[in-house]
Amino acid sequence: MAKKRIENIGEAVERMLAGDRRSAARLITAVEDQAENSTEIMKLVYPHSGNSTVIGLTGSGGSGKSSLIDLLIRKFRVQGRRVGVVAVDPSSPFSGGALLGDRIRFQSHSIDDGVYIRSMGSRNCLGGLARATNDVVRIMEAMGQDIVIVETLGTGQDEIDIIHLARTCILVLTPGMGDDIQAMKAGIMEIADIIVLNKADLDSAESCLRSLEATVHYGLGDGDKWVPRVIPTVAMAPTQSELRGIDELVETIEDHTNYLHESATLDQARAGRVEQELALVFKDEVEKSIFKGLKGTGKKRAYIRAILDGKTNPYEVVEEVLRAFLKVEYDQTFSQACSFHEPEYHTLSP
Amino acid sequence: MGGQKIKVIITKVGLDGHDRGAKVVASLLKEAGMEVVYLGMYQSVEGIVKAAIDEDADVIGVSYLSGEHLVYTPKIVEEMKKNGMDDVLFIAGGSFPPEDIPAMKAMGIDEVFRGGSLTTDIVDYLRRNVPVEND
Repeated sequence: MAKKRIENIGEAVERMLAGDRRSAARLITAVEDQAENSTEIMKLVYPHSGNSTVIGLTGSGGSGKSSLIDLLIRKFRVQGRRVGVVAVDPSSPFSGGALLGDRIRFQSHSIDDGVYIRSMGSRNCLGGLARATNDVVRIMEAMGQDIVIVETLGTGQDEIDIIHLARTCILVLTPGMGDDIQAMKAGIMEIADIIVLNKADLDSAESCLRSLEATVHYGLGDGDKWVPRVIPTVAMAPTQSELRGIDELVETIEDHTNYLHESATLDQARAGRVEQELALVFKDEVEKSIFKGLKGTGKKRAYIRAILDGKTNPYEVVEEVLRAFLKVEYDQTFSQACSFHEPEYHTLSP
Repeated sequence: MGGQKIKVIITKVGLDGHDRGAKVVASLLKEAGMEVVYLGMYQSVEGIVKAAIDEDADVIGVSYLSGEHLVYTPKIVEEMKKNGMDDVLFIAGGSFPPEDIPAMKAMGIDEVFRGGSLTTDIVDYLRRNVPVEND
């Protein structure tokens, strides 16, 4: 019994578009593994994606992201919308293995065909996680999930990259995670459209809520710009009636979506996503083809040796390798010829 | 850059509430470099198989500790067949009489590991039966 392979990409994509879960699952595996054919797969998937509401949730382990998502799924299903969830958990840097435990919280949707949940290990690949996650989101969009929720641990740049791909970014915090100075630090707080203070039934929640609200409002308001909202929630309680803030969270997500639709920002948000996707795929493909080219030549080891011996340095090595692979003069003319930095994307129609 | 991982569903089925063994096995498979989707307790047969489909799992691993192994084994095999999952392994572990093993195998389970099995037995079995490619 060997690991399953996709025989015919075109057929698999057709079946996925028609709603076949096994085909979708295998396509997702291929992009997750960054298999040889993953770029071909994404070329076929891409035109069928891009119209769903993508929501990103991030926050530390134990802050209640999965429990909140469970409740969000319930609300969206009542509205008759199909939901996809991509739940990323960390892979061990030593064994490469991962314990993916987010599904435990999603048990109440375990036999609902309108819900597609996929767990992913972060796999420690060089920056490939954000790309792989984005590809999985695109496949879920293509298979007809109206809403796709991405869940990650908010621990690093990779996670910020992932969350940035979402149209609405939600940061989940809990009381007792540090003083207001922590909240004022740059980073993930700044890209959040909605800040959820979960476990708001804990003692210190009131003061935490006040300092979060204050932090958000320190931001220089510029007229129509979206001001992040802080929503206290209780996502886990002995009885349903003790749950709090979930309706308000759903409404705020709607508000944010409406805000994007009403202002020019939806175009900007779409353009921003595409811009980021381009950067991700570029980085990934360039890196892949360079390492593929070096593989088996012994050159990588020779470069490392030479750097260790003080004969060269990483900057010169990268320049040399790039020059060889791009076969162009590595100077201004290349970047000008490709005009990566022309901000023309903003005029793209959806 | 890419590479495949062995993906395993570890779960309990029905009302069996003893999850220590399942957690130990889940951790050790993680240590062995596999990706383990832990479903937890009180799962339904349909829910387990659907999770295995959506996750594109290579293996379904069920932990039995309350004497329900002869009840749920055929149900899981049947649900897997219904979904054309002949390329997914079904294994079980836990506490059940050794004389029930032939019956379980006849029902269609691929392998069983009773209490006292070595962790390496499980890992070796999975590595042997789910070859993965890595570059």
